Amino acid sequence: MKAYRVEVRISPREGLLDPEGKAVASALRSLEFDEVEEVRVGRLIRLRVLADGPDTALESADAMCRKLLANPTTEDYDIRLEEA
Amino acid sequence: MKQFAIITFPGSNCDYDCYRALRDVAGQEARFVWHRETELGACDAVILPGGFSYGDYLRAGAIARFSPIMPAVLAFARAGGLVLGVCNGFQVLCEAHVLPGALVRNRSLKFQGESVRLRVERTDTAFTNAYEPGQKLELEIAHGQGNYVADEHTLDQLEAEGRVIFRYVDAAGQPTDAGNPNGSLRNIAGIINREGNVLGLMPHPERCVEALLGSTDGKPLFDSLVRSLDGAWQADAAPAGRA
Repeated sequence: MKAYRVEVRISPREGLLDPEGKAVASALRSLEFDEVEEVRVGRLIRLRVLADGPDTALESADAMCRKLLANPTTEDYDIRLEEA
Repeated sequence: MKQFAIITFPGSNCDYDCYRALRDVAGQEARFVWHRETELGACDAVILPGGFSYGDYLRAGAIARFSPIMPAVLAFARAGGLVLGVCNGFQVLCEAHVLPGALVRNRSLKFQGESVRLRVERTDTAFTNAYEPGQKLELEIAHGQGNYVADEHTLDQLEAEGRVIFRYVDAAGQPTDAGNPNGSLRNIAGIINREGNVLGLMPHPERCVEALLGSTDGKPLFDSLVRSLDGAWQADAAPAGRA
């Protein structure tokens, strides 16, 4: 078993209103960052996972996302992996 | 007298309000069931109360949904038992996929504790039979994540099946944007499952059962439950049939 560092990035699903992102966007614009077109605020979860190999580490992280970490109704996620 | 089981999670804070509404106002039996229990014991209905279970970490209701007691609650619901989820309880029911959709952050980004106006959309349910059709209510909300969302297909399905039970309305009783406190799609404040035995709503009926506290508009919900459990009210048509 090896330890893997896994990053799960969760973001509000495209098309879904993201009030937090909207508030941040308007704050940025009020600071004269006029170039800001859109802001989406999500969350980053860092895990250390023990697994036989990268595939199984990815698989287990994906299972965690489906079961608990992300809500499929409102959120999208992606998983990045590196050996710890 | 009927027996109500009120599930208490770490962070639940409306469990005593439900207890009082059920015992002292509705005159029923009620007891708390700690979330680490795995059995409900003898009970006629289950209440998932409001609060901030597990500090609302990750997403409101996401962790509570996996509490040891939840398999028993879900089995009770599957067997047709009446389950009421208020506020955080509604969030738990959505996270558990007993009810469709999700409750996300209010569009104001603020925690909102205020009086809201609601319209009762159906009175032929186990939870609303003591209301008048189309009755306007004033109930309290107290939430930061009460903004109901679901995809268009799910929303259309909820509407077509008559499963939107409470809607936020304005002073004129219309479900307008002005009457919508938190951005909920189609002003949805409460929905029921297809079988008609599980209801979730964001406003707090248990806080509005005594005139002293400003409104008694929540009381008929508990009266409805008691009538249903007593057999004084029965669903006559198909469960999802519109009134």
